[in-house]
Formats: sequence, structure tokens, C-alpha cells
Amino acid sequence: MADTTLLQLENLKLYFKTSRGTVQAVDGVDFTLNSNEAIVVVGESGCGKSSLAKAILRLLPRNVQEYSGKVYLNGKELMSLTEEEYRQQIRWIKIAMVPQAAMNALNPVLKVGEQVAEPMMVHFGVKKEEALAQAQKMFQHVGVPADFINRYAFELSGGMRQRVALAMSLVTTPDLIILDEPTSALDVLTQANIFNLLKRIKQQMATSFILITHDIATSSELADRAAVMYAGQIVEVSDAKTFFSQPHHPYSAKLMASVPKLRGNAIPEFITGQPPSLINPPTGCRFAARCPKRFARCVEEPPVVQLDGNLVKCWLYV
Amino acid sequence: MTIEQDKIQEQLVVADNNKKNSTGALLSVQDLRVHFELRKFGFGHAGYVRAVDGVSFELKHGASIAIVGESGCGKTSLMKTILALYKPTAGHVIFDGKDLSTLKGADLKAYRSEVGFVQQDPYGALPPFMTVQRILEEPLTINGVKDKEERLERISKVLEEVKMTPVNEFLPKFPHQLSGGQQQRIVIARAMILNPKLLVADEPVSMLDASVRVEILKLLRGLQEKHNLAVIYVTHDLSTVRYFSERIFVMYAGQVIEKGQVDLLVNNPLHPYTYALLQGTSDPDAHNATVMKEVPPGEPPSLVNPPSGCRFHPRCPKIIKGLCEVKVPPEVEPVPGQLTSCWLYE
Repeated sequence: MADTTLLQLENLKLYFKTSRGTVQAVDGVDFTLNSNEAIVVVGESGCGKSSLAKAILRLLPRNVQEYSGKVYLNGKELMSLTEEEYRQQIRWIKIAMVPQAAMNALNPVLKVGEQVAEPMMVHFGVKKEEALAQAQKMFQHVGVPADFINRYAFELSGGMRQRVALAMSLVTTPDLIILDEPTSALDVLTQANIFNLLKRIKQQMATSFILITHDIATSSELADRAAVMYAGQIVEVSDAKTFFSQPHHPYSAKLMASVPKLRGNAIPEFITGQPPSLINPPTGCRFAARCPKRFARCVEEPPVVQLDGNLVKCWLYV
Repeated sequence: MTIEQDKIQEQLVVADNNKKNSTGALLSVQDLRVHFELRKFGFGHAGYVRAVDGVSFELKHGASIAIVGESGCGKTSLMKTILALYKPTAGHVIFDGKDLSTLKGADLKAYRSEVGFVQQDPYGALPPFMTVQRILEEPLTINGVKDKEERLERISKVLEEVKMTPVNEFLPKFPHQLSGGQQQRIVIARAMILNPKLLVADEPVSMLDASVRVEILKLLRGLQEKHNLAVIYVTHDLSTVRYFSERIFVMYAGQVIEKGQVDLLVNNPLHPYTYALLQGTSDPDAHNATVMKEVPPGEPPSLVNPPSGCRFHPRCPKIIKGLCEVKVPPEVEPVPGQLTSCWLYE
């Protein structure tokens, strides 16, 4: 694995304005991603995972209150780019995304081949015939029969649609692909197939991935490293081996213990209580109220601690 | 009673439909077929979708089974036929000695009050404009509980059972004010409020976070044991089945291809399809990222023209040429308590 840094996030914040107050969906996220590396972002619903993806790709809704921090891609700062520059230089060219529930992300009235060809026509000015030929090649690459380019989304199975959505993001050969719950609506064997495909793409095209999911078991199929998100913040970034066997943060440990396993005899446990609201998150450690290991210092904001190259935001390790 | 005896009883039931009551089973599904007619231009006949094609099993009071299979294998059609939402094309569903296809009017209503249904998507299953109290009150009003005090009492009781306490705090809430796990508890409470004998749960935890999943499964398990409920758990996720059911039925292309006790089946799958399903299920392990998974090629077949012989043969890595694609495999029992329809064990 190459150790050059591809993406670096520094204190990235994304707040939304709502009638009930400011939602701090992404609250000061830092992490780095190397090229040809896959990092998985895990956490419960409502912890800000999908907002993080939107913040990186600058796909913002209208009610943004604050959007700040630094995003570096290959050493270049992206936050200072204007919207038009970002669209022309970065989005879909350097960073692409496979949205959640790919089946609904495809246009129902356009042939899927045209949808895959479109990014090339828009971004590189490729002629339609040529772009369609490229799309056909990309279809074969992701395991969709080439003659499917003339079909519509409703004529494809769930797995095939997911492959088409993947082809759409791959066709401009981006450096980074953000996958938002790529397999959560799919069957077991289709999931396994898609992950085989992702592994192959990672090897052959040296792409980096940010995999956003709440399905920890299947995320281990792709992850080199794992980032655990809780209430808008990253509480742990560890290599896959550490995370899947001996995670550091008490929340990560609880999360791992809640995964039902097919093999072995461990009985899964659940995490009592609920994640805090992102409108008025508690001060100090946000997990403290549910944490079995909390002690007096947890009322203060915990620092980020380095542990053999892994990062943990917890007072236990100070 | 062992599975072996179960099987003998199954045959007895099929042999003699008139002795419906004698088996002591709560639910008996006998060679059930559910076909949907395809139309050409709205009126011409264009074949049948054989969604369920010859499924038989029995469920005793308080027993729990899981039906596992991919989308399009017929598990939802089977479930809806058991809920009396679809009419069987052939075969019978017998509940407590009554054949469902003969039920009408008040009898059908009585049947529905004895079967609870837990839907997959809790938010979609709850009416958004009704409070928790009204949602839970409705089944009681419909089934003739006229006394308001009694209704409230039963609602409080069922909410306590699904651990939504303090009850009074939740009664005036709307579904959107509840978390996903709480919504699913309300769905379960609604299914339980008429004290059913059978609960049908369609992927009850697939829309929920991992941290809540286990909680809901434990809740269902607790209710099952407390009320001696029979439960049919329909899912495609084998990893949750272990914590819930005693027996697994694996369905492929409208048929049950393997059935047996959970531990037997998970530790030693007999049918190549069951093996593939288990292989495809990941456990969290960093090693996974370094190896490719074994996945059978292709996709599940169309149920309009299912493959001849064994329906899995076009995708099967262990196909016996000249046999599997010609003749339908019989059901055999190579391991006591574990039955499969596969030529490998004949």
C-alpha cells in the first residue's frame, strides 16, 4: 500500500439550521486517507456519517448554517475553491460518490448506458458515441452484460443497478470514491459479489474508498482502516486489525459487541440508551452517558490520543 | 418431539386431510403452491410466476422457525399466504384445524386476530397521523373491546411488555417522534395486543441499527417464551437467525431446499446453495479484506420458467451432469434432523 496522503480533513464542520435549532451534524472531523486505501466510517443512524460524505463532496442542502474547516486532496486545499471551480475540477473527476440506495439514484426515464456516459460528456467533452462505447467497456468491467446499456433502471435487478451506479462513479477514473451504504438493501450473495468487485477495482485501478455504513460485519470486507463516528465526531481511527478484534474506544467496543456473528458463540449485546441529539450535544465526552467506563474526567472534552498509530478520543488513554 | 417424528407427521397430514386436528400442530402448510398469472396486453395469458411451488411444513404451539432466502425466492409470497392475504393456487394452509381457504367473514376476522404481523419498515408500517394510543386502540375497537377503560389497560400492559415505559409519556406521541427501535416496538406491540397465537415477522430488524437489532430480537424472543407464541421469522440475514429460531428453512426459487435445526445447518450445510449463503455472510474480521468470496455465478432464476431438475443446477459448483438438470432431487435426510433436496446425498 502506498503511503502518500490522498485526502486530509482538518476540523471539518457542517451545521444545519432547523426550526428547532442548529444541528451539528459534522462537528470538527479530522482524518487522513492514503492513496489506494479504504477507510470505513461506522456509527449508528443519525451520527453524521452521510453528512460527512456530503461535506467532503460539497453536496450541501440549502439550510447550511456553518460549513468550515480544511479539505486537502493531493495537498491541494479545496475549501477555497468557488462552487464552479469545485464542480469543474473536483466533483466526479477526483471524487465520485455512489449514493445510498442506488436503485433510487438512477434516472428512471434515461437508459442506464446514457447515465454512465454522461459524466464523460459533461466533464471531458467526449462525443456521445465514444462515451457510450466507454460506458460499454465500464459495464463489462463491473460485470454488467454490455448490451444492458440500452435498458432502463427498472429492467435491472438490485445488484445490477448497484453495479451501474458504481460504473457511473468509476467512468471518470476518480482518485476517491465515497460509497454510502452500498449494499444495505441487497441480498447476501449480491453483497458478496459487490464486495468482490470493489476489492478487484481497488487492486486494479488503485482507487481509494470511503465506505460509509452501519453494517460492521460486511464493512470488514473492504476496510484497511476504520473511523468510528459518534454524535458528529470521530471518536476512533484504527487499522482494521485493531478495530475488528480489540477496538480502543468504549463505544467502538460496544458497537463491535452488538454485531450478531454467524460463527463463534459470543452472544451479542445491545447498547443501552440512545445517541444524544445533535442540536444540543452534551459537553465533555458525548458518549459518557452510555459509557460503562465513565469516570469523573468525562465531563471535560476528551483529547485525541495516539496509540501505536491509531487515534482515540477518550480520557481512558491519557 | 424430534424432527424425524415431525416429518412422519407431516406425511400423515398430507396423506389424510380429514385428520387435521389430530396432529396438534398450530399451523400446517401442505404442499402449498402460489402462482400468479401473467397477462399479455392486459387480458391474454402469458404463463405463471410460480412464487411458491410445493412447500410443506408444520409449526407447533410455541415453536419458532426462520425462513431464509434471497429476494424473489418466494418467502414473502409464502408469508402473505399464511397471513391469508393471498389465496393458494393449490395445497392447504391449516391453522388450528381450520383450512384458511374456507374461511369467510367473521371467521376470517377471527383468524386475523390470532395472527400478529411485524413489518419490515416500522416507519412505513405506522400511520403517520395517528398517536401511539390510537394505533394500539384500533385493533381493539375493531375486535369489539367496547369498554374504554379496558382498552387503555390492555394498551398499557402491552406497552410495558415491549418495554416502552413510562407508558403515559409515549401514548400521545406520533411515530415520527420515536426512534427506529421504538417504532419497531410499537409495531410489535400492535401485533401482540390481541394476544395472537402466531407471530409472523418479516425482516423485523433489517432496517435498524446494529446496536438496536439485538435488543429487538431479544424482545421478540422474550415475548415468544412468555406467551408460548409460535413465530415465523422471515429474513435473508443468517447471522441473526441463530439467536432466534430453532429451525431454519432455506428457500430457493419457490421451494424449500434445506431444513433443519439451526446449529446443524449453520455448522454443516448440506445443500450447495446453503453453503454459498453461509459463505456469503461476513463476520467482522480484518482478514476478510484480503480474500475474495466464493459466490455462485449468475442470479436466482425467473420463476416463470424455472430451470428443469434441481432449480439451483445452473449455478451449482457441484453439479452432477446428466442428473441434476434432468430429474428433480428427492428430499433426503443424510444427517438426522437435517433434510435437503439434493442429488449429492442420494
